[in-house]
Amino acid sequence: MDITYTILIPLIPLAVFLLLGIFSQKIKPAISGLIGVAGLSTSTALSFYTAYQYFFVVGKVDGVYQTIVQKITWMNFSDTLHIDMGILIDPISIMMLIVVSIVSLMVHIYSRGYMKGDDGFTRFFSFLSLFSFSMFGLVLATNLFQIYIFWELVGVSSYLLIGYYYTKPSAVSAGKKAFIVTRFADLGFLVGILIIGYYTGSYDFETLNNPEGSAILNWASTSFMGLSVITWALILIFIGGAGKSAMFPLHIWLPDAMEGPTPVSALIHAATMVVAGVYLVARLFPMYYFIEDGFALNIVAYVGGFSSLFAAIIAITQTDIKRVLAFSTMSQIGYMMMALGVSGYDGHEGIGYMASMFHLFTHAMFKALLFLAAGSVIHAVHSNYLKDMGGLRKYLPITNITFLIAALAISGVFPLSGFWSKDEILVAAFEHNKLLYVVGVFVAGLTAFYMFRIYFGIFWGKDKKYEHTPHESPMSMTFPLIVLALITVIGGFIPFSELVTADKAGFQAHLNLPLAAVATVVGLTGIALSYIFYKKENNLAAKFSNSFGIFYKWTCHKFYIDEVYLFVTKKIIFNLIAAPIAWFDKKYVDGTMEGIGNKTVVISKKIKGMQSGKVQDYAFSFIAGVVILAMVFIYLWTN
Amino acid sequence: MIAGISIYEILTVTSILFFIGIYGFITRKNLISILMSVELILNASVVNFVIINKYLYPDILQGVFFSIFIIAVAAAETALAIAIIINLYRQISSVEVKDTEIMKY
Amino acid sequence: MEKIIFYILAFIIIIFAIASVSSKKMLRSVIYLLFVLIGIAGIYFLIDYNFLAAIQLTVYAGGVIVLLIFSVMLVHHIELELELATVSKRILVGLTSLLGLVIFLTTIYTHEFNVVENTITTTTEDIGLGLLSYDVGGFILPFEVISILLLASMIGAIIIAKGTKLTNKKNDTV
Repeated sequence: MDITYTILIPLIPLAVFLLLGIFSQKIKPAISGLIGVAGLSTSTALSFYTAYQYFFVVGKVDGVYQTIVQKITWMNFSDTLHIDMGILIDPISIMMLIVVSIVSLMVHIYSRGYMKGDDGFTRFFSFLSLFSFSMFGLVLATNLFQIYIFWELVGVSSYLLIGYYYTKPSAVSAGKKAFIVTRFADLGFLVGILIIGYYTGSYDFETLNNPEGSAILNWASTSFMGLSVITWALILIFIGGAGKSAMFPLHIWLPDAMEGPTPVSALIHAATMVVAGVYLVARLFPMYYFIEDGFALNIVAYVGGFSSLFAAIIAITQTDIKRVLAFSTMSQIGYMMMALGVSGYDGHEGIGYMASMFHLFTHAMFKALLFLAAGSVIHAVHSNYLKDMGGLRKYLPITNITFLIAALAISGVFPLSGFWSKDEILVAAFEHNKLLYVVGVFVAGLTAFYMFRIYFGIFWGKDKKYEHTPHESPMSMTFPLIVLALITVIGGFIPFSELVTADKAGFQAHLNLPLAAVATVVGLTGIALSYIFYKKENNLAAKFSNSFGIFYKWTCHKFYIDEVYLFVTKKIIFNLIAAPIAWFDKKYVDGTMEGIGNKTVVISKKIKGMQSGKVQDYAFSFIAGVVILAMVFIYLWTN
Repeated sequence: MIAGISIYEILTVTSILFFIGIYGFITRKNLISILMSVELILNASVVNFVIINKYLYPDILQGVFFSIFIIAVAAAETALAIAIIINLYRQISSVEVKDTEIMKY
Repeated sequence: MEKIIFYILAFIIIIFAIASVSSKKMLRSVIYLLFVLIGIAGIYFLIDYNFLAAIQLTVYAGGVIVLLIFSVMLVHHIELELELATVSKRILVGLTSLLGLVIFLTTIYTHEFNVVENTITTTTEDIGLGLLSYDVGGFILPFEVISILLLASMIGAIIIAKGTKLTNKKNDTV
């Protein structure tokens, strides 16, 4: 199948970015919004067309979906080691194309309403297109270096968009924080890439992921401190992925990234960029599974499980609705990582992989919907905080319904899409790792609880008197909400296991009734508890939280992780490492340079005297020179 | 030629005179003293010419003629130098070398 | 006999030359120079170059020294003590000169001079004939050139030394 037309999918947003970026002063905001939406609609249409072609027209060959690659060699290091640029089409990249293009299109349409009247409207749309280009490039990457390049581009776009309100100091520092934390994680990523390149001789995904290829078969050839070097490389690459996906302890940037406009949070920090880490592990899944009996994969699972629990506990106590959603995202991505971590490879064993990808798809849809709906609420009441909201169901009907649908989906209520994907994850966990299964069930309950806490807090709860009557958002903002809600409702019925699996062969998935029942009961319990606490205004919640005492305080402050980081960087790294180095640099390096300059001046002062203008000095030099030359030539120079 | 004196001794004397003149030229701080040192140098070279002529080539007189010319030129040069020094003295009221160092850095 | 006279003359020359360049008083320095010149004239007499000795005495001892004494009188307080160069400089220059002298002397002493023994007395007539002859080996042209040179230097000296004051005075008186 010829896939060269798929190069247009990233290139059209790139062209839109350049156009809007260069001519930002001359294009009227309305036109730039339409250009952005038009560009992305084309990319979306092309993505759907590619998916249709790949899954239904070409379909399986020999029972397996083929990986189609088209690339050109960009930099040649040796015969086997070279960096290419190209396009790789396989089930997960098609799925990511669909996810990114749908969510990005919805966010573009939404932003036309949300950002209306803002001064940097065109700039916003150009950055959105830049991000779309980077994300498309990331999912279509054929080798580790290409994915790294687009990884960094995605990071840059995120920084630009978080710091969009650049006059706000908190936004600027949030952008910096995001960029620095992810950059720091990417150091691990780069080292991992280099180790893999050195020891296996290739960066290419096809070569590396081949179960019969030399990269996987010869994994034990070199080892370092008890583990194979390839395992170390995979762990380092996972660190890079953990930074981008906000896994513990590199999660600190995600709550602060909520300083950006809400469409940005919906696009980048819910649906697309933060799942790049999951996508990376999924892309290298054969390596993670086969090398050292899945040692690195175990680490992925536990980090994911712990992060999801950690985030869910913190999300219960937050008062800013966007921060609740941010921690919810971290928790759900933890689910995805956990599912990948407990997955097998062949057929039904690979249910974890399939569940993770399925959850990625459904979560992108309903989390984007949650963020956009939250943006609609924030747009109506001009505040992010729960205490400023209440009883909004009368004023924002469409937002109410769509938010409710998304909240039910994330809590895993039948028959919405979240139920199906979360169920598959719990099945995978149950079959491979009982501890992580228990954690997953507990987190499911917590998820339902905190999600309905904010639902009731916004739309029910106390009847608040508003100064400006909140009004429903314009059509440009409610249209994406409706579309995403529809996808959330019907998305569960997509036969995902036939399409996206680890060995690309597809299998029949069945509903595991006992486990589904357990999950549903837990979810409904969470909803019921939050109904009791939050539907009507009362102080049950306050009394309950006080009984937890100091633990509640720790949770409110996100377990003080930010303070720990600040302490380490300011007190330890700055004072003990950076300050001595700066002192050394100032004293010795600068000192040497200045010393050379000083010496030159001193020597020149001494030499200056030779041009004194005194004839007698010149005569002396003359005589002395003649004497010396005479000595040399007559007496000392022997042929 | 002088009976009993070899050429070496006379040449030694003139060399010493020459280098005394050089020493004086470089060391002295008064313009007129420098002029006198130049006279010493010139005289030493004149004696050299004459002695070589007398000892090595007694039948020709080139050395003597040359010496006559050198003496004439030296005298003329001294006169001119004195004129310049007088003129300088009128300008800066000093004949010290250190007051004539306008070119110095 | 002549040997002794030569040694005395050499001694006089060297001692007075050293005294001339290291004296602190200006006039004494000039007088020591006079003695050096007279010593050199003595050497000329010793080797029978009488004309040259006469020229030496007339031009140098008579002309140049008188000129120097007049200029010293013009520009100096006669009691003025000259300052000498710093000790370090004197030692340095002295060493360099000494070194040069050593080179000269080693070169001279290692050379074989083909000395021709003679007792020819050169008369003024010989000098005159050689100086004014038109034949090959005659020095008439340099003689004339030297005359022109002397004229030029005389005119130059007058112009340099004249200055501007005299013309002003002339204008005043007219």
